[in-house]
Amino acid sequence: MATFTLSINNRNYTVDVEPDTPLLWVLRDELNLTGTKYGCGVAQCGACTVHLNGSPVRSCTLPVSAIKGKITTIEGLSENGDHPVQQAWVELDVAQCGYCQAGQIMTAAALLARKPKPTDADIDAAMAGNICRCGTYKRIRKAIHLAVAKGGAK
Amino acid sequence: MKTLVNRRDFLKVSTLAGGGLMLSFHANSLNALLEEETQVFQPNAFLAISPDGTITLMAPNPEVGQGVKTSLPMLVAEELDADWSMVQVEQAGLDTKNYQRQVAGGSGSVRSSWESFRKAGAAARQMLTEAAAKKWNVPVSECFTDKGFVIHKPTGRTLNYGALATDASKLDLPKEVKLKDPRDYRLIGRRIVNVDAQKIVTGKMAYGIDTRREGMLTAMVARPVFGKKLKAVDDSRARQIKGVKQVIVFDNKVAVLATSTWAAKKGRDALRIEWEDDGKPESTTDYNTALAQLIQKTTNEPKRNDGNVEEARKQADKVLESIFYAPFLPHAPLEPMNFFADVRDDRAELFGPTQTPARTRTEAARVLGLPEDKITVGMSRMGGGFGRRLQADYSVEAAQISKLAKSPVLVVWTREDDMQGGFYRPAGMYRYRASIKNNQLTGWHLIAAAANSPNASRENNFPAGALPNFRVDSHNYSTAITVGPWRAPNHNFIAFTEESFIDEIALELGKDPVAFRLELLEQAKKQPVGTVAYEPDRYINVVKKVAEMGNWGKQGEKGIFKGFGAHFSFGTYVAQVADISVENGKVKVHKVYCAVDCGRVINYSGAETQIEGGIIDGLGHMLYGEITFKNGEVEQKNFNTYRLIRLPDAPDIEVEFINTTADPQGLGEPGLPPIGAAVANAIFAATGKRIRKLPVGSLSDVKI
Repeated sequence: MATFTLSINNRNYTVDVEPDTPLLWVLRDELNLTGTKYGCGVAQCGACTVHLNGSPVRSCTLPVSAIKGKITTIEGLSENGDHPVQQAWVELDVAQCGYCQAGQIMTAAALLARKPKPTDADIDAAMAGNICRCGTYKRIRKAIHLAVAKGGAK
Repeated sequence: MKTLVNRRDFLKVSTLAGGGLMLSFHANSLNALLEEETQVFQPNAFLAISPDGTITLMAPNPEVGQGVKTSLPMLVAEELDADWSMVQVEQAGLDTKNYQRQVAGGSGSVRSSWESFRKAGAAARQMLTEAAAKKWNVPVSECFTDKGFVIHKPTGRTLNYGALATDASKLDLPKEVKLKDPRDYRLIGRRIVNVDAQKIVTGKMAYGIDTRREGMLTAMVARPVFGKKLKAVDDSRARQIKGVKQVIVFDNKVAVLATSTWAAKKGRDALRIEWEDDGKPESTTDYNTALAQLIQKTTNEPKRNDGNVEEARKQADKVLESIFYAPFLPHAPLEPMNFFADVRDDRAELFGPTQTPARTRTEAARVLGLPEDKITVGMSRMGGGFGRRLQADYSVEAAQISKLAKSPVLVVWTREDDMQGGFYRPAGMYRYRASIKNNQLTGWHLIAAAANSPNASRENNFPAGALPNFRVDSHNYSTAITVGPWRAPNHNFIAFTEESFIDEIALELGKDPVAFRLELLEQAKKQPVGTVAYEPDRYINVVKKVAEMGNWGKQGEKGIFKGFGAHFSFGTYVAQVADISVENGKVKVHKVYCAVDCGRVINYSGAETQIEGGIIDGLGHMLYGEITFKNGEVEQKNFNTYRLIRLPDAPDIEVEFINTTADPQGLGEPGLPPIGAAVANAIFAATGKRIRKLPVGSLSDVKI
């Protein structure tokens, strides 16, 4: 075991875990931040997406020992759950089962931060790494456009 | 507590104390409170109104993404005349005394709850109205309700439901419950956002895999592949992993229990296990060879046999024959299997994602040797299910491990465990022969064969009833590879085969595919042969509607080709037109038009998303979905080799609901079946290539 200090959602946490532990399991098991989901463990589905220094990363394959920088999880995306992407997701009733949506939202929010007015091609490229098994893609695309209209990057 | 009037609807009068909101509605906890002061109004197990005006509606059915946690409480709220913005919805646990059919399956939740849930709301509204009339000392007939208030019409006096809760709870249940005229609906038929939406988008929604309890261990399990069993295990390395607490061998499996998921996984991966054959572990070539042989012969007991298909073939000018092939499909819900269990000597608590809590309890009781009334089953919101969580293997496994470990435990499956975990959509082959005489379709003969499937057909579905000679045979092929319901069981593949074959026949007859279907449906209507499951008129209407929506028969944009597919399942009629193009050998679906007759639509947003999701789900599996086996082992172990549809492949979709005054029918599944044929028929229009083996991607490798 080893001690790591992590900056997550603008708070510092110290954890005592094996160095190879993926960030996903540190969040979920050590810090009880269970909004970040496990779907595949091999960076294929995007359910575990968090921001590392503002960029979307798959926390299921990111060892805790390799982290340098600030992490934002779905719990820290906005203080009151009102990031434009979150608002758009609710307004358009995007979620079916909802399990993948934290990852979808984190990826979409990172896209808008980088590119405040994405084209459909930009959305395709950015969102292709996030699987929605229920097939809410049509509404995801629409919600990203709505989030842009709401002010996008926040 | 008095039980009154309509036992079937489980209407009960009960009175509660405490003033605050009752968060649990288990009958046992209620009894203790009955003696005391009355405040909360809970006329039945579907709703509670506290004196502060809080209205809590219970969602008794498992929520798997199909939207019943929103749509079923909407039925209660509609008849209660509650203000939806003030309502709280809470997931109930398994409670067979108070609720019926707590199942997420067969697209049946709304269909089976339509009457009883509305009655529960209406009974409460009548009692609140009566309480107000008594308070004001006026006739009940002068009072009406509006958005959480009772209003005395002549004087304009109002009282909110909360203020009436205590009085209403002292009244007897009404002898008769009067339901609203549908023209007065304020909620039913509107677009209502999923009640958990805000929790979902903020990461606060707890799924089964998020269960955390004091003293809980997390377990991962090594399980044999199909046709193998445990021979020996060396757990010495696993026990050295930090955090690993126990290693338990049971039922040909080995469970590793640890203080964290990562430690449990590392421990499980460190086991040295020897497996041995238990029968013959199968490979894909084995079952494919067997299925191909089975479809060459008829059965002694056809599922349906109208007229004489052999005679029709003898008389025919031409016989068309096509064979379609369905691969095994995993459900692959994004939340892998998991379950929490806390088993004690005399009782057990089970909690997690299940589409069938009652089955979970029954099977757990049998395995644990406990009476059912000593086992509670709580339901989490599920990260998808698609039929996989109709099984109880993973929940019972958690109960077994908790019992053996003498510890509360959360069993978590990895994606790889899930892919190998079985209960797949069965692999099958479907051989069709059509007899054509004088340019008329005279006979239709299907011989189906599928893995562990007593009936791989839907023999009373269209085009049954439209043809004088119609026969369906279905062979079962037994295998160690387990199968189970997968979103729209049987329908999910047979619709593709039937609707593709009908297109082939139309082409042979030189008829427009949509016109040909309408001709057959007219025959089924005017001169029906035998009994059928569908109503021809309703079928005809969705076919015509989607043809109009999708500009069928009109020249579209250059390079865009159209295909048609329709299917009846779970009481619902669905027809689709797909607009596609094929570029560099890759199929691109641009738009799907979809007409639906599911009767009344409860929640337009939820209904539309079920259809959209069904189309995208069906399209993805049609294009990419397949698992294969080598000696009992799944070859596609994760999403890097098992491909699911992603956003760039998702088409635009336009949905219209028709006939929305009929009683509501199923919606979670019926959107899926037609899309395979709609796209495959469009591929034929674009390329002249007939798709008979799914997924489309692997077509070139197949000789059938």
